[in-house]
Amino acid sequence: MTTQYDQQKLEHTPWVEKYRPKNLDDVASQEHAVRILKKTVLLANLPHMLFYGPPGTGKTSTMLALAKQLYGPRLYKLRVLELNASDERGISIVRLKIKNFARLTVSNPTAEDLRDYPCPPYKIIILDEADSMTNDAQSALRRTMENYSLVTRFCLICNYITRIIDPLALRCLKFRFKPLDNANAFARLSLIAEKELVRLDLDAVLEEILVVSKGDLRKAITYLQSAARLGASLLAEHSISVNLVREIAGVVEQPLLDALLEAIRSKSSADIMAIVKKVVLEGWSAQQVSDQLHDLLLLDEGLQSEKKNAIAKLLFETDRRLNSGTDEHVQLLNLLLQIAAVV
Amino acid sequence: MSLWVDKYRPKKFGQLTFHPQITDSLKSLAATGDFPHLLVYGPSGAGKKTRIYATLNELFGASVEKLKIDVKTFTNASSKKLEFNVLSSPYHLEITPSDMGNNDRVVIQDLLKDVASTEQVDFSNPGKNGVKHRFKVVIINEADSLSRDAQAALRRTMEKYSANIRLIMVCNNISNIIAPIKSRTLLVRVPAPSVKEIGDILLHIALKESVKFSSNDPEKLRKYVDAVARGSAQNLRRSMLTFETISMQLELLNVDNLSSATIVLDWEVIIQNIALSLRRDKSVANLAKLRVTFYELLSHCIPSRLILKTLALELASSETSHCRELMETAAVFDERLSLGLKAIFHLEGFAAKAMVIMS
Repeated sequence: MTTQYDQQKLEHTPWVEKYRPKNLDDVASQEHAVRILKKTVLLANLPHMLFYGPPGTGKTSTMLALAKQLYGPRLYKLRVLELNASDERGISIVRLKIKNFARLTVSNPTAEDLRDYPCPPYKIIILDEADSMTNDAQSALRRTMENYSLVTRFCLICNYITRIIDPLALRCLKFRFKPLDNANAFARLSLIAEKELVRLDLDAVLEEILVVSKGDLRKAITYLQSAARLGASLLAEHSISVNLVREIAGVVEQPLLDALLEAIRSKSSADIMAIVKKVVLEGWSAQQVSDQLHDLLLLDEGLQSEKKNAIAKLLFETDRRLNSGTDEHVQLLNLLLQIAAVV
Repeated sequence: MSLWVDKYRPKKFGQLTFHPQITDSLKSLAATGDFPHLLVYGPSGAGKKTRIYATLNELFGASVEKLKIDVKTFTNASSKKLEFNVLSSPYHLEITPSDMGNNDRVVIQDLLKDVASTEQVDFSNPGKNGVKHRFKVVIINEADSLSRDAQAALRRTMEKYSANIRLIMVCNNISNIIAPIKSRTLLVRVPAPSVKEIGDILLHIALKESVKFSSNDPEKLRKYVDAVARGSAQNLRRSMLTFETISMQLELLNVDNLSSATIVLDWEVIIQNIALSLRRDKSVANLAKLRVTFYELLSHCIPSRLILKTLALELASSETSHCRELMETAAVFDERLSLGLKAIFHLEGFAAKAMVIMS
């Protein structure tokens, strides 16, 4: 039964949360992982697991759905410990909180729960965003994972598997979550659009959303929701256009890019300095600009491979520097001047 | 008596002049009574904060302007007490976690969770169109200087408590924001206003404050205010401050004298002099002499990366033939500055390298 309160609360929930898959069948794409996990639900036996993959591919969603399917809503609270980067996860927490939870024996499920759910006799500890755990904390987990494996299973979730220390990674069954393919993501998006009564001009809009979100379903849903909200009162006909989507995603406009390319081709440093100043003043992010330059230049048929090679190197260097928090203006100017010298 | 910047700060959507598109978008977001997490970015003085407050005003009414400052205390992992200033109204909080340096993660973890896990119960103010607001807004300033740890801590909090909390992050550039955060927010880009838009605002203020000009020829007036805008690099806040300073200093503004329209700050003059001396005298002795100047700048709290950037751009624009090499070096040293600790090494390193390139 949904009360008015719940109803209102649901309205204020972002669609990303609202449409989080409730069971494994709902998980879009990732057939491989889902197939294996479904088997484990039937057998009610779970190894330690490690999910890794880019953001927005459904790692957390899959794990939460799996846990819900195994235990049902009541038992879930008792049996699942979810820790993420927003919780303190230093070595002391691993030693106290995680260890204490891990060594508890499991309570007997009620007959009611047993009827509806498999309720396997172990607990699950979900360590979300495990790549932000320190190495010390990770090593402290090693023995804990083995000692209490009878009553506790671990599930580590991370973006970069390289940041998980080997001893931990080797104790787990690894699942790689790949970026969503367009067909699945498209189906999911159009389902949401339908349920939320979003009126779309064309399928082209959804396709555009998929292009700008690059396989990140969460991003795609956020864009869809933002576009729907903006579109609701902005346009008389209550629909979302392709341009609106591009604007929300912060994609650099084509004319500006053309101007950039022209400045590069002219090889005049004064021109380049002027255009970079303009780009920075308009607030475009240097990372977005270099991303789009990457697409444009490396797919350009007219450039020789050696030149592309050199450009790719430059782009890589700039991207790395931007990631370590350098000044956008200096880096972007440098990038363009260097590219101009190569082209 | 308040500064013109504060006096003429628009409070509602209707008073905002430039970027009508962004204003309309925010307005339609506010009209639905709800919005996703926002990430507002753009150069400083472009009106990011003003727009955010206008949005809050639209959502919650005038009571968001009743601000008070609380001091919260936290204890970090090594049980050290930390004090942290929080600016708050009944409907929102404004924090600058980067004030805390490396401890920003503790603030994010404790404060946000604290706010996020309590639900807003709001009977008195049903808001416009009868929507009750069940969420509190948290404005995070300088989000680009949040540490990686703190950003990672934000990720799940943003999702888990999304029914109770909305984040608005404000930053200058989004390269430092990690991808998972970007994929959870709606990006709002606020470009710097054009020279003409700043000019319009300045003229409007001049009229209101009855600033005296030497001639009232509209074309000349326009040229003058444009010079003010250009002189402050299209930063609206700085143009307004400059304009106020000029009109305080001079009884009568001479519109024909455009050089009076710009105020070059002391440190900028010093950096220009450094650039000049670097080009003129490429010797070790000069380098040693410049060290004193660099130290002087640093001790006056001019950020080291700003010094490097200004110096590099100054050099590059005057030495066009070596522009590329200069910028390449600047990019390298910029990275070292942001990773390293001792700024003077890198500044001197850049100066020495620039001398070599130019000779």
